[in-house]
Amino acid sequence: MSNVMVLAGRAGKDLTDTTFEMIGAARKLANAWGGQVEVALFGGSEAAAELGGADTVVSIDHPALADYVPEAYEIALKHVLAERAPKLLLLPNDTVGLDLGSSLSVDWDAAQAAYVVGLEPEGDMVVATCQILGGKILAEVELSGPRSIATVVSGAFPVAEGRSDSAGNVVTVDAPAGLDALKTALVQMIEPDGGDVDITAATMLVSVGRGIGSKDDLDTVQEFADALGVPLSASRPVIDAGWLPKSRQVGKSGLKVKPKAYLMFGISGAPEHLEGMRDADLIIACNTDAAAPIFDVAHYGTTCDLFDLAPALVEKLEG
Amino acid sequence: MRIVVPLKAVPDLVEEIELNDDGTDIEREYLKFVLNEWDDQALEEALLIKDAGGAEVIAVALGDDPDIDQALYTAIAKGADSAVKLDRGGAEGSDTHSRAAAFAAYLKDNPADLVITGVQAPDDLDGQLPPALAAHLGLPHVSVVVSVEPSGGGAKLRQEFSGGRAAELTVGLPAVIGLQAARQTPRYAPVSKVRAAQQAGGLSEVSVAPLATQPPLTVRKMYPPVSTSHAEMLDGEPEEIAEKIIELLRDRALVK
Repeated sequence: MSNVMVLAGRAGKDLTDTTFEMIGAARKLANAWGGQVEVALFGGSEAAAELGGADTVVSIDHPALADYVPEAYEIALKHVLAERAPKLLLLPNDTVGLDLGSSLSVDWDAAQAAYVVGLEPEGDMVVATCQILGGKILAEVELSGPRSIATVVSGAFPVAEGRSDSAGNVVTVDAPAGLDALKTALVQMIEPDGGDVDITAATMLVSVGRGIGSKDDLDTVQEFADALGVPLSASRPVIDAGWLPKSRQVGKSGLKVKPKAYLMFGISGAPEHLEGMRDADLIIACNTDAAAPIFDVAHYGTTCDLFDLAPALVEKLEG
Repeated sequence: MRIVVPLKAVPDLVEEIELNDDGTDIEREYLKFVLNEWDDQALEEALLIKDAGGAEVIAVALGDDPDIDQALYTAIAKGADSAVKLDRGGAEGSDTHSRAAAFAAYLKDNPADLVITGVQAPDDLDGQLPPALAAHLGLPHVSVVVSVEPSGGGAKLRQEFSGGRAAELTVGLPAVIGLQAARQTPRYAPVSKVRAAQQAGGLSEVSVAPLATQPPLTVRKMYPPVSTSHAEMLDGEPEEIAEKIIELLRDRALVK
C-alpha cells in the first residue's frame, strides 16, 4: 500500500489552506506510487464536504476532539495510522506539526523530514527539501522506509491543487479508548486581541525588527509611521521583548498582512516573518546587512542605517 | 518540583554557513556555535517558575555539543541549581532523534516533574526534541508554549497558534514542554557571575547509554537557496535615499 495521508488542519470550524496544499502535494506522490490520498479529519466530518480532492476522508468524532488538544489528536492519529497504514504522513509545519511530528516519528517508527518546502517522488521513495538554519540552507533528504513523515511549510505548495468542488468519501473509525483518559485539557481558546489597531486592514505598514535595538529607539521609526499616518508593526523579537503589543506582530505566529506598501527596518527576513508579509505590493527593506535574506524578497532595499534614514524620511514628509 | 532544561548548541546564524566538502552537511569545524535561543527562553521560563517558589532547575546538555560549557556555566550564573553534561560513551549524531535518545536515557534515571526545552532549533532537520523526548518517556507534551505555571498537581499552559490565536491548557505532571517564548525576556548573567561559576567548577558529568532510536536521515545535499530576484538597492546619502523612497510611494498615490 503506497498511500499518502494528510492530517486536516482547522482554524476554528474552517479547514486551513495548508490542508489543501498538502492534499495537492499528496496527490502528486500518490499518483507516482499508484496509491491513494487519505485525509484524517477529527472532531466532526462536516468539513468532508470540501475534501473531494482526497480519495477517502478518515473521520473520528469524539468530544475530546472538538478543539485541538495535542494529546487527543496524537491518540486519534496514532489509531488512524495503525488502521490505514499509509506510506507517508503529511502534517503542517505549524503548532500541530511541532506537537505531533516528532512524537509520531518515534512511536510510529517513521523517519521525519521537517520544514519541508519540496517533495519529489523517486522510485518508491520521496526526496524532501527542507528549509533550515533561518532559511539560509536547503537540505535534500531521502525518506525511503516503509513509513515516513513530512511536516510541510505553509505556502510551499499550491492551494488550488488540493481543492475540489465535490465532497470526500467518509469512512468513520471508532474513537480509541485513550481519548477518555487524557492528561491534557483545554480550558479556553483565546481569540486574537483586537487591540488598538488592526494591522491587516492598513493600506501601508511601517515595520520594525531586532535591528531597532531597544524600546526607546522605536520612537525614531514611530515618528515615520506617524508622519505617514499608518500603524507600526513588528517582527516576533520586538513583540517578545514587550516593546509592542501582540496585535502588531507580523509573521507565522502573528498576523498575515497584504498592504500596498510594507516599509521594513531592521528585519532580516527569516522565513517565519516572510510568511506574514511576502505578498505585500511594494516591499522596501532597510537593513545594514547586505546579505540579509530580506533583500531576495524586497522590491527595493538599502543598507543605510535606519537611525539616519528614518529621521530623513520624516523630514522629507514634514519639511 | 524538579525542572530539567535540555540545552543545545547551534550554529550562530549571524555568520555565513559553510558547507563541508561533499556538500552533505554544514562544516561544524569552523562554525561558531551558540546556545539555541529557544533553549535560552526555556531556561528563563524554568527560572521564572523557580523565582515564584520552590523549584529546582537543572540544565542538561550533551558533552560533545561544541562550546557547551559556556552555556552551562551561564545557566548556573542565571540561577540554575546545577548543570549536567551527558557523556554518550562515543555514541554520535547531532540530529534530533540521536539527541532525544540520550536525554531520554538520562531522564529515565533522573525523572523530572517538568522538562522544559526550546520548541525547536534552527538545524532541526529531522524534527524537534520535545515531542521525541516525550514519546520515549511516555509523557504528555505541548509545544509552542509561551507560559508555564504549576497549578495543583499539574501545570497551566498557554499554547500559541498562527494569527494571534492561543489556547489555555492544563496538563498533568510529569510533562514535556516545548517553549516558544518565556513570559519575559531572558535575564542577563553578568560576566563576573559566569566567571565565578567557571572558577567554582561544578558541572556534573553523567554517563548515559542512549536508548535505541532510528538512524539519522540520509542527506543528499545541502545548498544555499538560489534567489531568483533581488531588491533594487538604493544608494546615496540618507536624504537622497529618503527622497527616492517617498517618490516610490508618491508614484503609487500612497503619499501626497
